Formats: sequence, C-alpha cells, structure tokens
Amino acid sequence: MKNLIVGIVVFPGSNCDRDIFWALEGCLDIRTKFIWHESSDLSGVDAIVLPGGFSYGDYLRCGAVARFSPLINSLGSFVKRGNRVLGICNGFQILTEAGFLPGALTTNKNLNFICEDVNLRVNCQKGGWFDDLGSNSINLPIAHGEGRYHCDKDTFKKLLDDDLIALTYSENPNGSSHDIAGLVNKEGNVLGLMPHPERACDDSLGGIDGVNILRNLVCG
Amino acid sequence: MKVFIRLRPSVLDPAGEAIKSAADKLGVSCIDSLRIGKLIEVSLKANEEKEVKEKIELLCDRLFANKVIEDYEFSLIKK
Repeated sequence: MKNLIVGIVVFPGSNCDRDIFWALEGCLDIRTKFIWHESSDLSGVDAIVLPGGFSYGDYLRCGAVARFSPLINSLGSFVKRGNRVLGICNGFQILTEAGFLPGALTTNKNLNFICEDVNLRVNCQKGGWFDDLGSNSINLPIAHGEGRYHCDKDTFKKLLDDDLIALTYSENPNGSSHDIAGLVNKEGNVLGLMPHPERACDDSLGGIDGVNILRNLVCG
Repeated sequence: MKVFIRLRPSVLDPAGEAIKSAADKLGVSCIDSLRIGKLIEVSLKANEEKEVKEKIELLCDRLFANKVIEDYEFSLIKK
C-alpha cells in the first residue's frame, strides 16, 4: 500500500485538502501528492481525491467553474483506465457538474449550513469502497450548505437499475431526493459523497468510520 | 445579451420560499409562488446574430445552467 500514491487536487478555495492529507498520511500511512488544479499531469498518481471546500468561491454553482480546470479535463482518461477517484463534498459537486456522476447538488432544504454527524446506510458494494466496514450502518460528519441531491425520475430509475446509490442518510438532513448521500459510477471506480470520511479517521475526532473508505481508495 | 437562469419547476426553491415568507410578514400575503433565478448580462463581439446565438447556447448549455436542475432563456440586445 505504501507504494501507491494518492493525488489530492487543490483548487482555489479548497479547504479540506489538508484534512485529507492528514487522514491519508498521518492516520493511514498512505502516500499523497498535492496537485494544483491547473495541472493536467496525473502520471505517477494511482488514485485521486477531489477534496471539500468552496472551489472558486462556489460562484455560479458549486463546482461549476472547477469542472473546467485542466485537471478535471484529464480526469476522464484517468477514470477510463480504471483508476479510482473519490469526490468529497465539494468534490462530489464537481463530479456531478463534470458529468462523472448523474444528478446535481443544490441548496439544502432548510437553507442552513449543516455541520453535524449523521448516520448512513451503505447500499451497494460496487467498487469495493465499503469493504471491511463490518456494518452497513456508519457515522460520518457532514458540513455543507448545498448538499441536497436532485435527479429526475428516469435518472433515479437508472441509479436503482445500475446499483449506483452508495450511501443514504438514515435521517435525511438536507432534503436530498431518496435520501441520497453518495453515488458510485457504473464501473465502480468513482465515488462521490457529501459526508467527510477524512474527518472520521481518528478516535479523538469521535469516530473512525472513514478509515476503511479511505483505505479502499488504494486497496479496493 | 441577457441570460435568465431559473430552477426547473420540479426543483424545490427553499430560498424562494423564505422570501415568500418575508413578503408575507411585510403584509403582502397574496403571493401564490415566488422563485429566485439568476440574470447574467453578457456583452460580446460577433459578426452576425447566428454566431452570437451559437456562443450563448454553448455558454448556457455547458456553464451558465446545470440542465439537471435549471432552465435558461436569453434575449439579444443590439448595440
């Protein structure tokens, strides 16, 4: 595992890039490399994390500007080669804006920025992101103002048919359609989720349910 | 060029609901529906109207609006 390198993408406005660095390097002994969003060179990197934050100040829509960065442009071929990509919070928003995952994320139903721990159900094992969790029920923190997942009926049917709904909220905090908190792509190598696994990797933070998800970034 | 971006009718607009509730407190309680959109003003150079429309369609489709949740329309203002 030590030889694999996870690229952490940094956009102007990213603010969880250091968190994911700390979780991967400090808690899990996984090597990382920060990659500025203007780079399109993903050579030498085995997996990618799009971290949380407010890329480009969330101007226009969350992730709408970031999706045009050179790095996101080169992500298509990276994903096609079967490499794993994890989008957390703003990273999930960027993945939907860029079309790697279906649907969209918009303003929370109650208009509040919600920062709390939530209970989640693991709904699919595609891609092995949740292997070795030991339970289908996990607790992770969320911290977002625009995490309400939305998709139309046809898209929802495809999500069900293709088994793409990775995580659902036990108690829906933000009004997301069908309680959706995270999705995988059809091939299983792209995971986007609103909760923050990197903030649940050390007992001192109140939980370690994020550990296996991050470990499976390089083991799945 | 003025581009109007609106949430699709099927998408909940919680901000619009909040403004409606404020309007109610202001004493204007006859509002059936209130939804918030965006106005983007764009000035661009082009040789002909067709070219302008093509460029604006591209901007709307790919950048200004997310068609999963939003609709758009635009109007041309010649200088």
